[in-house]
Amino acid sequence: MLKQCEGSHAVAEAVALCRPEVICAYPISPQTHIVEGLGEMCKSGELADCEFINVESEFAAMSVAIGSSAAGARTYTATASQGLLYMVEAVYNASGLGLPIVMTVANRAIGAPINIWNDHSDSLSQRDCGWIQLFAETNQEALDLHIQAFKLAEELSLPIMVCMDGFILTHAYERVDMPTQEQVDAFLPPYEPRQVLDPAEPVSIGAMVGPEAFMEVRYLAHAKQMQALERIPQMAEEFQKVFGRKIGGLTHTYCGEDAETMVVAMGSVLGTIKDVVDEMRSAGHKVGVLGITSFRPFPLDAVREALKGCKRFVILEKSLAVGIGGIVATNVRLAVTGLGLQGYTVVAGLGGRAITKKSLHALFIRAGRGELGPLTFLDLDWEVINRQLERERLTRRSGPAAESMLRDLGTVASKIA
Amino acid sequence: MSLQPVKFYQTGTFTVGNRLLAPEERSVQANMQRTNSLNSGHRACQGCGEALGARYAIDAAMNASNRQLIAANATGCLEVFSTPYPETSWQIPWIHSLFGNTAAVATGIAAAIKIKKQKGQGGDVRVVAQGGDGGTTDIGFGCLSGMFERNDDVLYICYDNGGYMNTGVQRSSATPPAARTATTMPLGPEPGNQFGQGKFLPAIAMAHEIPYVATATVADLRDLEYKVTHAMSIRGARYIHILVPCPLGWGTASHDTIRMARLAKETGIFPVFEAEYGVVKSALAIRRPLPVEEYLRPQKRYAHLFGKSPAVETIARIQALADKNIRKYGLQARKGA
Amino acid sequence: MDKPFAITLNPGSSLANHTGSWRTSRPVYIDRLPPCNNACPAGENIQGWLFHAESGNYEKAWRSLVVNNPLPATMGRVCYHPCEGACNRGLMDATVGINSVERFLGDEAIKHGWKFDAPATKSGKRVLVVGSGPAGLAAAYHLACLGHHVVIREAAAIAGGMMRFGIPKYRLPRDVLEAEIARIVDLGVELHLNSRVDKLPEALKEGFDAVFLGVGAHIAKRAYIPAGDASKIMDAVSVLHDMEGEPDAMPLLGRRVVVYGGGNTAIDVARTAKRLGAEESIIVYRRTREKMPAHDFEVEEALQEGVMMKWLSTIKESGEDGLMVEKMALDENGFPQPTGEYETIAADSLVLALGQDVDLSLLENVPGLAIEGGNVKVDSTMMTGHPGIFAGGDMAGNDRTVTVAIGHGKKAARAIDAWLKGVAFVPPPKAEIATFERLNTWYYSDAPKTLRPVLDIIRRQSTFEEVLGGLDENNALFEARRCLSCGNCFECDNCYGVCPDNAVIKLGPGKRFEFNYDYCKGCGMCATECPCGAIKIVAEEI
Ligand SMILES: Cc1cc2nc3c(=O)[nH]c(=O)nc-3n(C[C@H](O)[C@H](O)[C@H](O)COP(=O)(O)OP(=O)(O)OC[C@H]3O[C@@H](n4cnc5c(N)ncnc54)[C@H](O)[C@@H]3O)c2cc1C
Ligand SMILES: Cc1ncc(C[n+]2csc(CCOP(=O)(O)OP(=O)(O)O)c2C)c(N)n1
Ligand code: SF4
Ligand SMILES: [Mg+2]
Repeated sequence: MLKQCEGSHAVAEAVALCRPEVICAYPISPQTHIVEGLGEMCKSGELADCEFINVESEFAAMSVAIGSSAAGARTYTATASQGLLYMVEAVYNASGLGLPIVMTVANRAIGAPINIWNDHSDSLSQRDCGWIQLFAETNQEALDLHIQAFKLAEELSLPIMVCMDGFILTHAYERVDMPTQEQVDAFLPPYEPRQVLDPAEPVSIGAMVGPEAFMEVRYLAHAKQMQALERIPQMAEEFQKVFGRKIGGLTHTYCGEDAETMVVAMGSVLGTIKDVVDEMRSAGHKVGVLGITSFRPFPLDAVREALKGCKRFVILEKSLAVGIGGIVATNVRLAVTGLGLQGYTVVAGLGGRAITKKSLHALFIRAGRGELGPLTFLDLDWEVINRQLERERLTRRSGPAAESMLRDLGTVASKIA
Repeated sequence: MSLQPVKFYQTGTFTVGNRLLAPEERSVQANMQRTNSLNSGHRACQGCGEALGARYAIDAAMNASNRQLIAANATGCLEVFSTPYPETSWQIPWIHSLFGNTAAVATGIAAAIKIKKQKGQGGDVRVVAQGGDGGTTDIGFGCLSGMFERNDDVLYICYDNGGYMNTGVQRSSATPPAARTATTMPLGPEPGNQFGQGKFLPAIAMAHEIPYVATATVADLRDLEYKVTHAMSIRGARYIHILVPCPLGWGTASHDTIRMARLAKETGIFPVFEAEYGVVKSALAIRRPLPVEEYLRPQKRYAHLFGKSPAVETIARIQALADKNIRKYGLQARKGA
Repeated sequence: MDKPFAITLNPGSSLANHTGSWRTSRPVYIDRLPPCNNACPAGENIQGWLFHAESGNYEKAWRSLVVNNPLPATMGRVCYHPCEGACNRGLMDATVGINSVERFLGDEAIKHGWKFDAPATKSGKRVLVVGSGPAGLAAAYHLACLGHHVVIREAAAIAGGMMRFGIPKYRLPRDVLEAEIARIVDLGVELHLNSRVDKLPEALKEGFDAVFLGVGAHIAKRAYIPAGDASKIMDAVSVLHDMEGEPDAMPLLGRRVVVYGGGNTAIDVARTAKRLGAEESIIVYRRTREKMPAHDFEVEEALQEGVMMKWLSTIKESGEDGLMVEKMALDENGFPQPTGEYETIAADSLVLALGQDVDLSLLENVPGLAIEGGNVKVDSTMMTGHPGIFAGGDMAGNDRTVTVAIGHGKKAARAIDAWLKGVAFVPPPKAEIATFERLNTWYYSDAPKTLRPVLDIIRRQSTFEEVLGGLDENNALFEARRCLSCGNCFECDNCYGVCPDNAVIKLGPGKRFEFNYDYCKGCGMCATECPCGAIKIVAEEI
């Protein structure tokens, strides 16, 4: 059923269609609307047989999720940014214990300085935590990926983060095709846990494992993600059979066949990029796009396959591995090792900085001309930076950089947090 | 001729069992069919009070729940000595997640159980959460408080051995004043742990006005079993704080574990009481009053108080704390009690 | 379920880890000797029979008791209960009223007519027992139980020895004594009354394989007291003996009776005199109350009944105006020394209670016998210098009580049995004593001793009714349960409960416990928390 609604609302409805049994959450922008929506559905009874727990922290949220999942309940939570970092210890624990929790990460920057706007720093900081990470490009994809996530997670006994750009998707009103309960039920079987806390068949979950078996346990976690590499594309096909849409998969390309320059990105920015590519194509530039849906497991083969025909590629990512450059870029570059391609890392849109078509256009042109350095920060205000560097050179007590720079820009600190 | 009460049972209910009592009046631990929830082969130190307390408490909870019980366990000695791969000592469904999240994990389990039952897919299974004093009063405090505040259907049991024992006896907020730990050495002007205001979690739990809060020690099994059993008869958040001496951390003989717990209670150092909805309902009176010195002296963690020149003032301060407990909780020895 | 590798484990799998290898010392269950048992001259297993009494199984308790002592109803009245003096509970509140429970059990047995079990087999041996005092009766009982044929020859017309002719009936009602003697006779023991053995060698001609002598000590000791004609001087043994005769042969003591001596006999005579109507009954003793051989409680009871005491006094002369008494003073060694101060006290009669000697006349011409201080000398198995002739009771020791006599009888019977079989008698080994320090008394409930009911004072002064009452079923149970079960497991389950490693196996009611050394780490908690000291820690051989 087609409907016009907020991204958060669409996700909430999709999650509800998956018949979750326990939902626990702690509020943080821009995740709030999702859990508010679910809370409302639980309270009203629209979402029956589901326990909604208002916890006291994200750490508790993930911990409650661990408990309920281990006790055999389909479990969901959502967070973002600081919240994700606050729950990190439990995030690792959930994957280590193989608990198929599904969590939405409404991607948001990480402070300090505190910033509520979108980038991918939060979920990418957790790239090695053992969770599967799927990135949605649109609200439709966000909605559909949740349905796939429950199925995949439970099949593999692995937790999954569905990452969607904060505000850009969560707060955007778009038209989505909302599946029916029958469709979801046909696609998603009831949760059959691999291990469960059950007095009828007691087990001890979470034993202490020493050097004699720890490596094997870790390897098995890796092996499961490798299984996911196979299952994710299949899942997309199975999904298509029931819902009639092709959604998900590991990666997807756009105008890639003859592209000389490939732009690699994740999430909603792909939409903007595709618009730019369309414009550039009509101007005769052979530009194509590679969107990565599954960041973990990382589809090395699919990426290599998609890029092997181009001459150069630009990785445009909303994250920064401080001290080295890109996070997505490092992974993509690994995939094309030995192909002899020219690669450019572009860090863009941190903390919600707008990524404009104009800037992208210029960027891709320069890339095509071989004018880009290996690492570019899109639309950086060098004047501000230089002034601050100068200040720091002159005065020991130069004060907080962010505040100083804002003052330079003539704005005051954002009040929203 | 003075007629004696007919019900006199040699050891009454002080001993674990009593062949003279009717079977239904005997303790869970006396039962040949007790669950031994924490089975033999665990790697706790000799004479570990925590191992003992855990079996006492969980066996009682198993008994009270008709063996429909799931336990969540914090990191700490109890977890480490009971479940080193490839062996577990637990005979019940048990999960260890992290050091500081046990109450929340238990909340999750309780939520799952509730829904499964509601859907007709599961029975009336009960949940206990358990952890050491560190995992409870310090790092796990946030989750615990949240669980209390929501009044989740969880019985949380804290095994208080007065320190982070698993990591080598460091100070926790439950470490008593003057006690030596690896991070409160008997050095400087105030040797051992500082005299603070204390962080007595049972009182904090009571402040949440949850249905039931109780303290107990491994020295009084019947009282402990009663409290666990009673707690299991109640729904909502419940908290039991059990004093479990640790031979390693306290520097006591392995055979003196129960004796130490008894001395803690008899000196007034550790008040044994129960409270409902934030109000103290009863306290175990002292049976044979003793000065705190009797309790402190056998423990090497207080050895610095008793050298050539005993720290009379410090001992007096500790006595004052015990006296305060005695007044506050009405622990005075009663005749015929 | 298909568990994730390593992080999810099968329940209870730690049983594979045998923590017993950590141990440097191990607990072992032992039975220590309770101090009461140790103190009992009759060798009763007091803790053992109290154990059954605690559960209300009085018959089992009684049967356990009579393994060592066939006269519980009697002993429950006249024994001076050294067991209670040794009882560990005395260090907590007050000793267990062992004696009162024993009496209760004895009385229950009489009430219900419980009988001894007849011996399974007969040995065909004949043993002569001379004297039916407690020593003779005990020997006869044990010998009969061991299957021997016993013939008792008793000089008097009634059996019981000093229990009959010494101890007054207000302390030991005769029906009680008679019932207990009858039960021994019922075992098939031949009891010949009025059958004094004058010459032992003669008696043995009738064909006996062994002999036990228990003739007691019946010859009253005399003191030289110059006396006028009018003085009426008697001895205590005959006075008490006459009490058992026909009513018209009751001794005539007069209104003012003076008893000379400080032992139990003196007290009994003085109390008897009171009951016979004496207005004044005065005990004269040369030392102080503390030094009196009589037990304090007896003195106390006598005082309650109005008997008067004159300490530090010796009788010098008995004359017309009464008795001349010299005051004494204790010297630095505690011996009384004359002071030269005299006084006269009026008296209608003077009863001498200065002890008894053994009549050894029947032993003439028995070769090998040795006499020492007026007693027959016996070895550690109660055998005299003449092989096959054993002796016990008052004639064979200076510790002259019913209980000692019963102990002698038992020991002699067992030695005779060995002797008859031609083997050496080896007394059973003695376990180490369960001293107070061995106990963890925390566990015992607080409970004051049960006091026995006492007859009202008027009737105590005028009748021979029994002074001390017995316990009823309720308070007998209560009293039995005051027992700490020193040194012997009473199945309190403490070890089973307090083991942090579940290394104690409970075997079930009556079967006690076992250690599971596969898991016992040797922490020793079981031993420390065992209330009764029935667990010992021994070093592990490494
Ligand atoms: C007044 C009094 C009160 C006492 N009170 C107590 C008391 O309360 N508690 C206590 O424990 N002790 C008491 N005693 C001591 C106790 O009675 C004796 O120690 C005990 O009876 C000794 O036992 P026996 O078998 O050795 O000798 P006896 O009891 O003296 O028995 C010896 C028996 O042998 C018989 N006999 C002697 N010669 C011959 C022979 N030639 N042929 C055949 N038979 C013979 C006698 O007639 C007598 O029946 C008391 C003693 C007296 C005198
Ligand atoms: C987040 C975190 N911090 C620290 C630790 C290290 N650690 C493990 S157990 C423990 C001490 C446990 O103390 P307590 O809870 O009192 O239990 P005990 O061992 O004394 O029974 C500590 C500090 C940890 N496992 N996790
Ligand atoms: S250190 Fe203490 S709490 Fe830990 S196992 Fe040893 S005795 Fe038990
Ligand atoms: Mg601790």
